[in-house]
Amino acid sequence: MKTITLKVNGQSVSAQVEPRTHLADFLRDYLMLTGTNLGCEHGVCGACTLWIDGAPARSCITFAVACDGADVRTIEGFEDDAVMAALRDAFTAEHALQCGYCTPGMLATARDIVLRLPDADEARVREELAGNLCRCTGYVGIVRAVMRVLAERRGAASP
Amino acid sequence: MKAARFDYEKPRELGAALKLLTEAGADAKVLAGGQSLGPMLNLRLAQPALLVDVRGLPELGEVRDEADAVFIGACTTHAAIEDGRVPDPTQGFLRKVARGIAYRAVRNRGTVGGSLAHADPAADWVSAMAVLDARIVVRGPQGERTVAAADFVLGIMSTALGEGEILVGVRVPKLSTRARWSYWKYCRKTGEFAEAIGAFVIDPDRGWWRGVMGATEGAPVVIEDARVLDPAAVAAEAYEPGTYEHQVHAVALKRAAAALDR
Repeated sequence: MKTITLKVNGQSVSAQVEPRTHLADFLRDYLMLTGTNLGCEHGVCGACTLWIDGAPARSCITFAVACDGADVRTIEGFEDDAVMAALRDAFTAEHALQCGYCTPGMLATARDIVLRLPDADEARVREELAGNLCRCTGYVGIVRAVMRVLAERRGAASP
Repeated sequence: MKAARFDYEKPRELGAALKLLTEAGADAKVLAGGQSLGPMLNLRLAQPALLVDVRGLPELGEVRDEADAVFIGACTTHAAIEDGRVPDPTQGFLRKVARGIAYRAVRNRGTVGGSLAHADPAADWVSAMAVLDARIVVRGPQGERTVAAADFVLGIMSTALGEGEILVGVRVPKLSTRARWSYWKYCRKTGEFAEAIGAFVIDPDRGWWRGVMGATEGAPVVIEDARVLDPAAVAAEAYEPGTYEHQVHAVALKRAAAALDR
């Protein structure tokens, strides 16, 4: 067992972990933060995507022990985030989710697209979303939701 | 899909890391970004007794300007290169390659050194560093040595790294402003490993007309003089003509060459 101390959603957390415990299991089983979902568990499906040190990452192939000192933000930690609020509204308006399993990861990636690529066109949004798999809505609504938030923010930025 | 039990150490200096690796021998694996090793551990394709996390080693995080090259520390992430947060001495080639690796969430943690040391023949840096004639810098119990990138990968997940050695970084040559390059890969889906890679770097100031055929079943095939290029013949060095693999590699070279002319 190793002792780690990290920040999760703004709160400092210390725990003893087995090195083989990945970050998603640590969040779900130790901290009861079950908003982070696990799909493939080998970095392909994107369901477990969350933010580590200000950038999206896969929590299934990142071991908790390797996150000592890190700043982790899960879907639960974005409750008061303005960009995430806009994305949540857009996901609802555009029917961007059905079963909702991929949604926390989709939102984590979508937030990165909106903040990092404010001028992204639809082709770029699709390319950036390629690492998050959805098996029910078929992406049309998801892409539209991200495009809607990008357009809103461009509108708000211009006089 | 949970990793088998392993121990974990994160040394703060290179000497300590080398000592850990030497003591553990073949039972230890180096962990950098973990974007390739992580899946292999979860799938239990790899079951090391010890992981040595090298992200705390200062040398591996360095990026420095050298006379004719830029040294890029092994733990530099793909995203740092994509974003231009580290200097790109190749007139944009490194940034283009970085942006095409897997997905942003993977690029934020995956590292240049980790990708090279993992040595999946379909990995982008394996081909890119070979065509750039970059030098892989390795530290071991006997000190430091450099290996030409084209000689570093020996086969599938097999490299010139000896037991107890750590890949410290890569020396990327500075290309002249007259240099041109192209990089074309074929993936079944955006972000997946390539099925074929074609790349060229032309730099008249260096007398370079280099090409590479990558994502083969072993080391990348380097084309020393691409001025007379027969893609089908190059592909035939690795694959039997008439097969899918031969065709897709020949096409990758053709399209990369065509992109160069634009």
